[in-house]
Amino acid sequence: MLKSAESKGIWIFAEHRNKKIQPVVFELLHKAHELNAGPDSYIATVFLGEASDHILHTLIARGSEKVFVINHSSFETGIIENYVQPLVYLMKKYHPEIFLIGSTTIGRSLAPLLSAKIYTGLTADCTQLEYDHTSHLLVQIRPALSGNIFAEIICPDHRPQMATVRTGVFSEMDAEPSRKGNVIYEHFEKAWLDPRIAIKEWVKQNNDLLSLYNADIIISGGRGLQNAKNFELIKEFANTLGAAIGASRPCVEAGWIHSGYQIGQSGNVVSPSVYIACGISGQIQHLVGMQSAKTIIAINNDKQAPIFNVADYGIVGDVFEIIPAMIDDIKNLNHLPTNV
Amino acid sequence: MSTQRIIVCIKQVPNVNNIVVNTLTNTLERETVENILNPFDLHAIEEAVRLKESFHFDTLGLSMGPPFAARVLQEAIAMGIDEGILITDSLYRGSDTWATSYILSRAIKKIAEFDVIICGKQSTDGDTAHIGPSIASHLGIPHITQVQKIIEVSGSRLVLTRVSDDAYETLEVILPALITVTREINTPRFASLKGRLSAKKKTFQQWNNEVLHIDETLIGIKGSPTKIRKIYKAYDKKRCCFFTGNVKQQVRACTNILVNVREIPGRDNPLMTKNTTE
Repeated sequence: MLKSAESKGIWIFAEHRNKKIQPVVFELLHKAHELNAGPDSYIATVFLGEASDHILHTLIARGSEKVFVINHSSFETGIIENYVQPLVYLMKKYHPEIFLIGSTTIGRSLAPLLSAKIYTGLTADCTQLEYDHTSHLLVQIRPALSGNIFAEIICPDHRPQMATVRTGVFSEMDAEPSRKGNVIYEHFEKAWLDPRIAIKEWVKQNNDLLSLYNADIIISGGRGLQNAKNFELIKEFANTLGAAIGASRPCVEAGWIHSGYQIGQSGNVVSPSVYIACGISGQIQHLVGMQSAKTIIAINNDKQAPIFNVADYGIVGDVFEIIPAMIDDIKNLNHLPTNV
Repeated sequence: MSTQRIIVCIKQVPNVNNIVVNTLTNTLERETVENILNPFDLHAIEEAVRLKESFHFDTLGLSMGPPFAARVLQEAIAMGIDEGILITDSLYRGSDTWATSYILSRAIKKIAEFDVIICGKQSTDGDTAHIGPSIASHLGIPHITQVQKIIEVSGSRLVLTRVSDDAYETLEVILPALITVTREINTPRFASLKGRLSAKKKTFQQWNNEVLHIDETLIGIKGSPTKIRKIYKAYDKKRCCFFTGNVKQQVRACTNILVNVREIPGRDNPLMTKNTTE
């Protein structure tokens, strides 16, 4: 849609499953507050489904000044084709200036479906968002060319300005139960249903893999580990710290570890508090997958390895000496580390 | 029953290990780099060829790019795709994902008859994963991303498994539909010598805007709702603190960082100061 004087408000898609709001929603709410888009602006979440009082209170306590709600049983299936028409209806009626969506599996399908349908700009996997008060534009910053460059992207003439952001890139704001907000209910039209996709089966993934996204610490192994058997060292190191395990692409391609553990541009993009890269050289495609970790520690026997360009701390040494020594040192601490 | 057709969307991308960027126009200097077939699209091509072999689909490769991008269509033919069409016009240069997907969807509408569109999950230059879903939206057909396995194929539907954040989902979709595939779906074959020889002889239709008749306000840099304001090289060397000493000392220093960062109770470390470098 073309920009108009009416375009106001920062909207966030309130993705949820099993009556729980996804963490990325709270992270985007915090960022929306930081953007500070002016006194005329407001922050809203858009919830498709049955919004219990608890959910509404949570969204408002976390910073949502308005909550738009549309409910229909079809939303339970998570088939995003059914989300499109209600969201297009809301956008055309209420003219948001900005619409942020978490870059989850659902978000990565939903966002381009919406931006294509209403003809507006969409930037994927932003690592930073800023609001330019002179031009009233959302500045969307993201890596491109497999992480070789960063780009600042704007959407000057179309609204809403849309962007997706991965979980863990921004931080959450604490809940403040005293916050107030309005709830706006809209009606679902049967014509909005799209019957062409059906779910036949839903099987929860191995918990090991889930833990990558929730992990506080990730210990990751690269080609320096040399073979599958040596990956046991990574697992032991991870167990000592209550950490999750990751791997670089060559290890996955060599069959040393399941592809679900792959971290990088074509694997998982993670942002833990601590990322320990063991025997990983640091190819650009890997760095894209972990560069937003808060503290990066690298262990590699090559001081020129590119991983040291993004690491905060480094040990130039042999992983087969360093890791066992670290395991011992941690075990000898007065208290064992608390689990994540 | 008429033969079913698969369209595979294929992109030529720069080899990301060796890039030149035009910082004046904020676009890639595509002519100056080594160009390859987008690695994710290899899996899309392979899946299309397997479906052709099992179920006798017609297969068509579709690519948008400069004239020398026809090379990727040749590679697809060599792997077993039947035909190829190159969409090329200097007017399309600089298109963002909205404009690109719109142009591709107009070409697909011109092709008219198709049952399945297969795309790679993302391209290694844009990394957006937008094109598949956007094409589906422009065409008004359903789509499923991150498909890991096609289980059942019939005249009117596909049953497939896809990977999501926390689950494996088995879905059924009515055709025509678009799917994007992950690397797990298959191992792409190497083109046979016979395949490569026949690909060399193949010619491709080239469709420009005189063929597609797209309103010029919807294409290229002008038609793209997103604009690149600035680009800059990533990863300027950060200051890395290297732990010094023998193995024991290095390890102790590192554990101390973990202790501080994770607030795990531990010892003081006299060897470690924040500004230590080698």
